[in-house]
Parts: sequence; C-alpha cells; structure tokens
Amino acid sequence: MASPILQVEDLVKRYGDVEAVRGVSFSVAEGEVFGLLGPNGAGKTSTVEVLEGLRVPDGGTISVCGLDPQKNPIALKNEIGATLQATSLPDKLRVNEAIRMFAGFYKRRRNVDELLQRFGLQEKRHAFYNQLSGGQKQRLALAMALVNDPKVLFLDEPTSGLDPQVRREIYDIIEELRREKKTIVLTTHYIEEAERLCDRVAIVDHGKVIALGSPRELKQKSEHTSRIEARFARPASNGTLKGLDGVNDAREVDGTYVLHCRKTAPAIVALVKHLEAENNELVSLEISTPSLEDVFIELTGRRLRD
Amino acid sequence: MKTILTLVSMRIRITMRNKAFLFFSLVMPMVFFFLYGSIFAKGNPVVVRYLMGPVVAMSVMGTFWGLSAQIVTWREQGILRRFRLSPVSAFSMITSSILANMIMILPTVVIELLLAREVYHVTHLGNLFSVFLLALAGIGSFASLGLIVASVTNTMQETQIINQLLWFALIFVSGATVPLPDLPKVAQHVALFLPATYLVSGLQRAMVDQANVFALWAEIGCLLVWALLAIFISSQLFRWEPEAKLPRNAKLWAASTILPFVLLGIWENHNGKLLARSASMMEERPADSSQPPAPPAKH
Repeated sequence: MASPILQVEDLVKRYGDVEAVRGVSFSVAEGEVFGLLGPNGAGKTSTVEVLEGLRVPDGGTISVCGLDPQKNPIALKNEIGATLQATSLPDKLRVNEAIRMFAGFYKRRRNVDELLQRFGLQEKRHAFYNQLSGGQKQRLALAMALVNDPKVLFLDEPTSGLDPQVRREIYDIIEELRREKKTIVLTTHYIEEAERLCDRVAIVDHGKVIALGSPRELKQKSEHTSRIEARFARPASNGTLKGLDGVNDAREVDGTYVLHCRKTAPAIVALVKHLEAENNELVSLEISTPSLEDVFIELTGRRLRD
Repeated sequence: MKTILTLVSMRIRITMRNKAFLFFSLVMPMVFFFLYGSIFAKGNPVVVRYLMGPVVAMSVMGTFWGLSAQIVTWREQGILRRFRLSPVSAFSMITSSILANMIMILPTVVIELLLAREVYHVTHLGNLFSVFLLALAGIGSFASLGLIVASVTNTMQETQIINQLLWFALIFVSGATVPLPDLPKVAQHVALFLPATYLVSGLQRAMVDQANVFALWAEIGCLLVWALLAIFISSQLFRWEPEAKLPRNAKLWAASTILPFVLLGIWENHNGKLLARSASMMEERPADSSQPPAPPAKH
C-alpha cells in the first residue's frame, strides 16, 4: 500500500454521555476510494466530521494530508473537499454564483465552467438554489466539493434520499473520480454503493470498525460459501431450517427464507428432503455468493437497515 | 481580504433578492420619513431637520434586525456549516456581514437626506461629514449587536423576541420617537445608558447645530468602541452549528458590550449636557410641532 494520506488511530467522539465513536482506526492510501459502511447512528458521520475539522475529537490521533484538523484547520480546509449530510445554501443564490464564490475562497482552484459542464449544471447555471431538484443539489454539492481540486474528498452519504436513477448518476460521477485516482472517503448504508465504488471498506457498527478490507476480501472471509434464497408454499420454521445439513444460519425476510450455507449441494438436498417430509413445496430458489450484507449480518446478527 | 469581499458581494446580491429585506430597509424607512416629515413636522423645514436625526437613526438601527435573523436562519438550515468546510473564518463571516450592511443601508440614508432637501426644502442639512460618520459607526454598532443576538439565541423565535424587546427599547427610550425632553425624568436618565440615544442626539446635533466630528467625539467614539467590542465578542461567540454550545459565560460576554455606554451614561448623568442640549434644540423648533410622533412598529 502506498503511504497513507489519511490516518486515524483510536478515534473517540462523545456527545454528552453517548459515545458515538469508540476507538476507530484506519488509514487511507492516496488514490484509494475508502468506504465506511454501517447502519444509521453507527458513528460514520461523526468520524468523517472529525476528519474534516468540523468536530473536536475526544481522543485518538488523526492526520489528514499530514495535518491535524484541530491544529491546522485552515490549511486542512485548503486541501480537502466534502459534501455534508445536513447542509444547504442560501435560497436566492444562483448555481454559478455558488461555485464561483466558493472557488474564491481557495488559492488552488478549478475552472468553474468546466465544473458546471462536468456535473451537468450548464443549463441550470442561472437557477436559484431553491429551484433545484434533490439530484441537482447533490451534483452542485459535488461540484463545490471539487472546486479546490482537493487531495482528499469526503462524501457523507452521497446518495441518501435520492431516487434510484439519480443515485446511478451520482455513482457514475464517483466512478469517474475513482478512475482519475482521486482519494475519496465515503460513508454509506447502501451495500451496493460500498461494493460498487470502494476499493476498501470498513464495516462500522456501534462506533467501532468490526471488519476492514476490500469487498472481495470481506466476502471471502465470510465463513459461508453461498447464500440460498427460497420461497415455500407454506411457512417453515427457522429453527428446523437452521439444523439442516450444511446450513449455518437461516432467517426469514419478508416471506423469503435466506439460508447461509457452508456446503451448497448438501444443503439444497437437505432442504428439499425436509420440505417433502413436511409436505411443503418449493416455490422459488436462488443461489448467490454472499454479499457484504451477509457479512454484516454474520458479524452483528442484524441487517443493515433494521 | 479577498474572502471578505467575495462574501460581501454575495451577501448584497442575495439580500437584494429578498423582498422582506427591501421592505424593511427601504419601504419602512420611507414610510417613517414621510410620516415624520408630513404629519409630525407638517412639512416645516426647520422641524423636518430636527426630526431627520430620529429618521436616519431608525434606518441605521434597523440593521441588527435583519442581520440577526439571517444568521440564525443560515445556522438553522446548515448553510453556515457549508461555509465552515471551506477556509472561511468566523472573523470573515462577521466583518463581511457588517460591511455588506453598511453598503446596503447607507444609500437609504442618502435617499432620506436628498428627499428632505427636495420634498421638504431643508436647505441646510448641517455637517454632512459628521452625519455619515455617525451613520457608519451606527451601522457597525447595530450590525454587531445583531451578530451578538444571533450568537446567544438558538431559534428564530427566540431571536425575534429579543429583537422586539431591543427594538422597542431602542426607539422609545432614545429620542427616536418621543423626543428626549418629553420622556419622564427617570426614562431620560435611563436613555443616557443606551447607544441609540447617542446616535439620535449626535445626528441631531450634526444636522441642527452643524456639530463637527470633534464636537461629537463622545458620540462617535462610543459607537466605534462599541462596534469594535461587539465585533470582537461576536467573533468569540460565533456559532456555525445549532448544536454548538455557547461558552458558559457567553451571556456575560454579550452583556459586557454595554460597558462603554455604562461609563458614558454615568458621565452624562453627572454633567447632564446631552439632556440640556436636546431640551434647547427642541425649544428652538416652531411651537406647532410639539405633538410627539406616534411610535412606529416593526414586524
């Protein structure tokens, strides 16, 4: 791994009595897309906001572009770009004015027209901020985050609350940035986003990193080799399914039974036999390799969006 | 410096697009102007000139209202957070707010002076240099007051309550609506502790007595000291996010900005020149204008 551009060790962040981040450590190499994946309230936003210098940590050491966010806030802000979760712009500010104004705050800056073009905002350049759709606002936020050609880009839940089509648009933009070797730290609670966009992912839960690696590594680490999703004519009990040969874990999600299996073929044979004995019928069956969601379930016993 | 200028031009642009601002900073002052000029002064140029002090002072004092509301809204909506992500300091935010207000309010003052000359034929507007310096120092002071209000309040509702209270104190106990000599004796002595009083009486002396900058050193000096103190304190108290906690002694800090006026108030209460002067200025007006003007309301 190339020398890290960002390093976090033992980060702790408290809000009153609540410990939101409890000893998080990771590092990010230059040109890497690093994801923090976890459910809402896992401490992802607190972590990135400490890295951006917006929040004061209660413990741990942090280095971003060789800078301590608390000691060199202005120098740090010149080097980073970010989109925030809860943010806005004045209603009566026009798109091109917003980008131009923020460009004016930096010594190093990119061409404003180029950014407008690239983020598909040319037609909306004279529109007021309050006239933009959710997707347009997010594209503007991304354009503004890149206005100083940052060394590290932080994207906090970049597609949260956007409809699927707009989400794919944002994915395309992030993938393009990835090809350009931009260093990106993104937080998400969407499995698809982490799998598709990230070189490495830290799975975060209750303020701790519970697994870290490339999506492929994480899935390989999973002790299951396959995942079977099946629908039956009549409900079956999870308890009996769990006891089947080759099956590690079984749970019912919206009428579909998800079986995590160590050995696929014996598990299917056992399942079919079991259904026959119970006078039940198989309606559908799908075999897939485990996803990051399965890894998350395995580690926490919960689904990501419970 | 460049950051401050960038922010100033943005502030002016978006404020000009805000209809509420145009109403409060242009329409309302004009309503006061014509109310004072035509109804209270009955168009008499001597009386109009006497009442121009209160009219200009009210335009100047109004700055704290819009600014505090804007900052609180920006904080509530997460707009300030976005600025905080960029290399913009609290000091830049504050100074740009004040400069933008100076640039936006001064034209109103100029229009009022021009109208006084054209409509009511006030030929001698007194020492205009003093008038402008007082107006600038006043905008600086009252804009800073707005920033402090924004710092110590959390929601728009709280902000508006404080604004109402301040506004009524500023216009009633300062000579801006009821002339100082017409106020009860106690209120007159209280008025000597309020910055608004010095702004109103300074403007009146500049226009009626043609007082120059040196004669008005106490008024101008105190407003300037107050402005600097308030800028310093508001930069200490500035909060980018609603969740950000105020330092425990924040309200004390905020309260400490009144210090120069406490001192000036004590001094004025002792030697009493200001009250005597405003009494004599009022006596010099023609008798038909003795009826005190009705208080204007805001919001």
